[in-house]
Parts: sequence; C-alpha cells; structure tokens
Amino acid sequence: MHLEYFHLIDRIAAIDTAARTIAVDAIVPRESTIFEGHFPGHPLMPGVLLIEAMAQTSGWLLIAALEFQRMPFLAAVKEAKMRTFVTPGETLRIDASILHEGSGFAVTEAKIGVGGKTVCNATLTFRHAPFPNPDMRGHMEAMARRIGFPEREMSHD
Amino acid sequence: MSSTFDQIASIIAETCDIPRETITPESHAIDDLGIDSLDFLDIAFAIDKAFGIKLPLEKWTQEVNDGKATTEQYFVLKNLAARIDELVAAKGA
Repeated sequence: MHLEYFHLIDRIAAIDTAARTIAVDAIVPRESTIFEGHFPGHPLMPGVLLIEAMAQTSGWLLIAALEFQRMPFLAAVKEAKMRTFVTPGETLRIDASILHEGSGFAVTEAKIGVGGKTVCNATLTFRHAPFPNPDMRGHMEAMARRIGFPEREMSHD
Repeated sequence: MSSTFDQIASIIAETCDIPRETITPESHAIDDLGIDSLDFLDIAFAIDKAFGIKLPLEKWTQEVNDGKATTEQYFVLKNLAARIDELVAAKGA
C-alpha cells in the first residue's frame, strides 16, 4: 500500500473474469502519518480505508468485466462491517465478486481477510461510464501493470 | 400473483422507505416520490432480481437526454410496469 497516493492494492493474486471474482494482496505499511493521528499509541488502519481497499479491489474486477472500456465509480456502501482491528504491518487478502451487473451500474460483495479470518466486509454499488478522458485511461493502464492486471484483459480496444 | 405495479410499488416502498399507500400507478418516481438517481439504482437492482431482467437505464437516460423520450414514459409507475412487462415478455420470447 502507498497510503499517501491512495494506492491500497499491492498485487492481483487471482482474477477470473468469467466467474466474476478477484483476489488481491495488500500489506498495511508499518509507518504512516495516518497512524500518528489514528491513534496515538494505538495505531489502527482506518475503517474508511479498508472500505476503499475493498472498493479498489471490486473496481479492478469491474474494469476487467467491462473489458477496460469503462471506469467504475463508487456510489454506495452497504452492510459494511469492521469486525476487528487492522494494524500496521498486517498482510491483507481482499476478495471481491460481482453480485449484480445492471445497466450502467454494478453491485459487488467484498471482504478482507487477515490470516484466513475475515476482518471486514461490505456490499458496494458502483456506477460505471466510459473513461472520462485518455489521460485517466492511461493512468489506469499504468496502475494495472503495476499491480499485475492480466495483459489479456487490457487488449480490448 | 400480484401485478407488476404492486411488485414495483412494494420494492420502492421498502427500498426508499416511502409509505406504500402513497405510491400509485400515476406516481412519477422522480417528481412525485422524490427518488434520486442513486436510490433508483437500488430499485433497479431489486427489479432486475425480481423479474430476471436488466432495466436498460442507460438507454432510457440517453433517450430522455436526446429529447427522444420523456421521463414520464419510463418513470411514471404504470409506464414503468408496462416497460417491465415488455422486457419480461421479450426475455421469454
């Protein structure tokens, strides 16, 4: 994770576009200014960032499902549960699946596990639309390569 | 078996916390019931699931934006129910 750049995913471990599932890995940094405030003497990964990590994971799955032609934007968070603390240095496995694919929107279910135990989960709704401009698509392609997004899923033009 | 209108009225009442008795076939989802686009995604999700269809929201929105259709054609509930019936029939054809 690079919290200062809002990069919350380190690597795609597995993605199955046909099955509409993804699994990613992310390591919570040991040090960050965020932990200086949240909280002094008791550093915790903020719940909103865990939700964002689930959203980014879901987002990459949706980009794959949409053949890299459209960009998903988080629209709603439901049933988000922070089941236990997540602390600096922990390795997260984030899983997401597509619950529903509507017209211009999609609903996903996502969860974060640490050591095989679910620490949080949520149901997320996204709107999706064509990439607003080539710069954003280029940025997302660079991000995709950084996290190991399969090249075969990027070749749709 | 309840009518298509009854089903979508129940979905709207539950999804948007709107009293069921205030929802009529003549109600406009946006103008009368105050449902915004985000809430309508929840309704579309529930309708898609309940009827096994995919409401073509993007197509409808485009038609309204292009002046080829009015919001009444799609968002007055009796008309929405008719569109759903058409989609269900097309799926079964």
